[in-house]
Amino acid sequence: MLSPDIIRRSAAAQAAALHAGETSSEELTRAHLDRIAAVDDDLNAFLHVSEEEALTAARDVDARRAAGEELHALAGVPIAVKDVVVTKGQPTTAGSKILEGWVPPYDATLVEKLRAAGLPILGKTNMDEFAMGSSTETSAYGPTRNPWDPDRIPGGSGGGSAAAVGAYEAPLAIGTDTGGSIRQPGAVTGTVGVKPTYGSVSRYGLIAMASSLDQAGPVTRTVEDSALLHELIAGHDARDSTSLPDPVGAYAEAARRRDVKGLRIGVIEELEGEGFAPEVRARFTESLDQLERAGAEIVRVSCPNFEYALGAYYLIMPSEASSNLAKFDGMRFGLRVIPEDHPTAENVMKATRGAGFGDEVKRRILLGTYALSAGYYDAYYGSAQKVRTLVQRDFAAAFEQVDVLASPTAPTVAFRLGEKIDDPTAMYMNDIATIPANLAGTPGISLPSGLAEDGLPAGIQFLAPARADERLYQVGGALEALLEDAWGGPLLAKAPELAGGAAR
Amino acid sequence: MTTTDITPVDFDEAIDRYDPVLGIEVHVELGTATKMFDGAPNIFAAEPNTAITPTSLGLPGSLPVVNGKAVEYAIRIGLALNCSIAETCRFARKQYFYPDLTKNFQTSQYDEPIAFDGWVDVELEDGEIVRVEIERAHMEEDAGKNTHVGGATGRIHGATHSQVDYNRAGVPLVEIVTKPIPDTKGRAPEVAAAYVRTLRDIFRALDVSEARMERGNVRADVNVSLRTDPSAPLGTRTETKNVNSFRSIERTVRFEISRQAGLLDAGEQIVQETRHFHEDTGGTSSGRPKSDAEDYRYFPEPDLVPVAPSRAWVEEIRAALPELPAARRRRLLGEWGFSDLEMRDVINAGALDLIEQTVAAGASAQSARKWWMGELARVAKDREVEIEALSITPAQVAELQGLVDGKKINDKIAKQVLGKVLDGAGDPAAIVEAEGLAVVSDDSVLTSAVDQAIADNPDVVAKIQGGKVQAIGALIGPIMKATRGQADAGRVREIIMDKLGVS
Repeated sequence: MLSPDIIRRSAAAQAAALHAGETSSEELTRAHLDRIAAVDDDLNAFLHVSEEEALTAARDVDARRAAGEELHALAGVPIAVKDVVVTKGQPTTAGSKILEGWVPPYDATLVEKLRAAGLPILGKTNMDEFAMGSSTETSAYGPTRNPWDPDRIPGGSGGGSAAAVGAYEAPLAIGTDTGGSIRQPGAVTGTVGVKPTYGSVSRYGLIAMASSLDQAGPVTRTVEDSALLHELIAGHDARDSTSLPDPVGAYAEAARRRDVKGLRIGVIEELEGEGFAPEVRARFTESLDQLERAGAEIVRVSCPNFEYALGAYYLIMPSEASSNLAKFDGMRFGLRVIPEDHPTAENVMKATRGAGFGDEVKRRILLGTYALSAGYYDAYYGSAQKVRTLVQRDFAAAFEQVDVLASPTAPTVAFRLGEKIDDPTAMYMNDIATIPANLAGTPGISLPSGLAEDGLPAGIQFLAPARADERLYQVGGALEALLEDAWGGPLLAKAPELAGGAAR
Repeated sequence: MTTTDITPVDFDEAIDRYDPVLGIEVHVELGTATKMFDGAPNIFAAEPNTAITPTSLGLPGSLPVVNGKAVEYAIRIGLALNCSIAETCRFARKQYFYPDLTKNFQTSQYDEPIAFDGWVDVELEDGEIVRVEIERAHMEEDAGKNTHVGGATGRIHGATHSQVDYNRAGVPLVEIVTKPIPDTKGRAPEVAAAYVRTLRDIFRALDVSEARMERGNVRADVNVSLRTDPSAPLGTRTETKNVNSFRSIERTVRFEISRQAGLLDAGEQIVQETRHFHEDTGGTSSGRPKSDAEDYRYFPEPDLVPVAPSRAWVEEIRAALPELPAARRRRLLGEWGFSDLEMRDVINAGALDLIEQTVAAGASAQSARKWWMGELARVAKDREVEIEALSITPAQVAELQGLVDGKKINDKIAKQVLGKVLDGAGDPAAIVEAEGLAVVSDDSVLTSAVDQAIADNPDVVAKIQGGKVQAIGALIGPIMKATRGQADAGRVREIIMDKLGVS
């Protein structure tokens, strides 16, 4: 008989249960679908639940397992996919009204990999519209709520994936991180999220916000689960020119190593002071103390140009986004609004974009269009690219001294819904610690550091040099074990029971 | 009075008063198997919207990947035009909204073209060589094709709706941009057309494109400006878009020179704008103003990594370049021993390839030239088709000439056989065989014909025997007639002289 708490186990433990014949993928998938049915009306983590498809995939895996077929380690473990990733036959909206009802005719490369490995796809998770936001409030389909407190945001843009994993609706989820959209939601929901090295995971099939910054990655409850999922979705893809040719690293092995002796950890001076909430800072410092006691060496490093990273990011990202979003014009797919008066192609485009895009998307399109305009290009886009180079140099200099860098993932715990939605610059400040890694293409992980202000989770972020993602799993796995020993279990166990959730 | 009311100036007068400067942008569609940035087939005239992938349709999530073959072709073109090849270059996005553009930006190259700073020599009809400087050659993708339904003549004006076919979207293009072409004076129209023709020939020689003008494989944007004299700064130019035949290019330049001269004479300003050429009137009309307000917001394409062709690869491509048309013409001129004038006539008639293939099939150069520039050129003219469109192959022409050379048939019969080949009756030797057209040189047949002729024409015989040997023709005529022209005339003459005892 299936234990009702199986959905609270890690994905690795669920996979082990499947392997041991303790449960079937169909049962496991059904348990998660039941959980979604029970709690998601309140959370709104999912935009689409593909019950039949998931169960069919689960039964297929069960049959293959029964036939003695060699299966992927995660085969049969269900997963949720951020709605910015295209899924053949499943609606994909990127959280925007302009794509309402669009069903892609093809799968993203990472989705192909999930399907090939036999992971039933539970559905598509909510997100800020086109991944533009830090709270999931800009979704055209209503905000996702934080499982720790329904009045709080779950972070963004990938609030749906983080909330789904945090609320046990899914053991695994896919996120995308352009400026922190995997890591910041991880921090404020007490979950784990990894932004891999740029190019580690194919972008083919990710609806682009900013092509040079976007990177898909794992959203999970444990570091090991992230490592397993990262190994599955990574690898060279001939359909993405920016995909790295490197072989996939041994991330899970690194996550299980639990050894940080001699590891040099650099604390980024520019990312721990002003603007960071006291308890968030306290949990960060305590985490570092744990690592130091375990044999790591903690040093302070300066990355002076990180100060300009946010400004550069908010030029480069909107510039690329303004261009990437030009294709949403009502001509070939998605929403088409036909104005009554003089419905020329140009007027259809205008009406469609006017009605289909939300305010934040329009704001960024305007910013980007302006930044790329003749006469302004050098001052804005050109200067921002120079800052990007300087940020990369800061990283390079820092990694001469240390193996990994550390900072709090986000400046504060989850804020209240509506608190910052009308103050874009305050909202943008959420990404201050996460953005540098996107500008440099380097990898980052966020994992829970403890409970901070208002008893809500805070996150710690580690950053590694490009292509050294293993180090993140090594330090993350070690810290997670140390903290869970101190807490007496996972941080998520401290989360309040959800109203609709009877499964404990 | 509006500018459109101003009467164009006579072309020769315009040239007397103004110095024209040309600038030509040529787009060539590359004949790669797949498109520039995705695996969709690069084919002409498939069912609408069938040669597409998520990428060439610009679907959300799709990404481009550079077609290596297209890069190779672009380098071939660059090298053939004596350009430098960039060690590294990037694609850029040229952004504007139009329904035929799937992403609402065109992936092109902006300030980093794959090839730059080249030149090409253009030979005019009279043999004069004009060197055209090449600014750059860059790679880009074609757009889809809009069809406007419900209005007159397929134009958007008056149309009720439009349809878009994205089969062409993403087809690889190379755009070749000249530097300003000065000093062409009254030959400007001819230079413009000859330049594009030269490129067309180069594309074909390089085997990078079918380069068929009528299919739009090669399209020219023709820039024309006038200045008062060659030392003056460049005048304001107009750009006539998508001119797609050599004749139209000439007419465009001629018309624009006359039109602009008319405006300048009247003290008007030339408006910098794009214009459209009209086949029916031979004139151009205003398109859209091309002012500084047009801002494509170019920026480097972040979905693509830079293209960095290794020097070794570039040299490999250079070494494998085929013989280019100009060099080939020089070589053939030497091999064939034609006069310069003969050679130019051959080139202007589009018969160079045909003659070369005929020679390759065994005919002498002069005999090949005689057929193609003589009888076949006449037939082509009568039938109003291009000479290469005639339904006869160089091998058939060579076979025909072989029959003449081997004295199987004479020239007169050869022309008859040629007509039959053109009418689809088969190969020359088979026609001669089947229809019994071979020369009759059998002495027994000829002797009896001669005997008959001698018997029928005693007075002629008397003349010949009386010393008027040239009267022998009067006997040969009836013999040829009796043998339907197939008698070996030389042998007939010998038999007559023998019979009549004259020498």
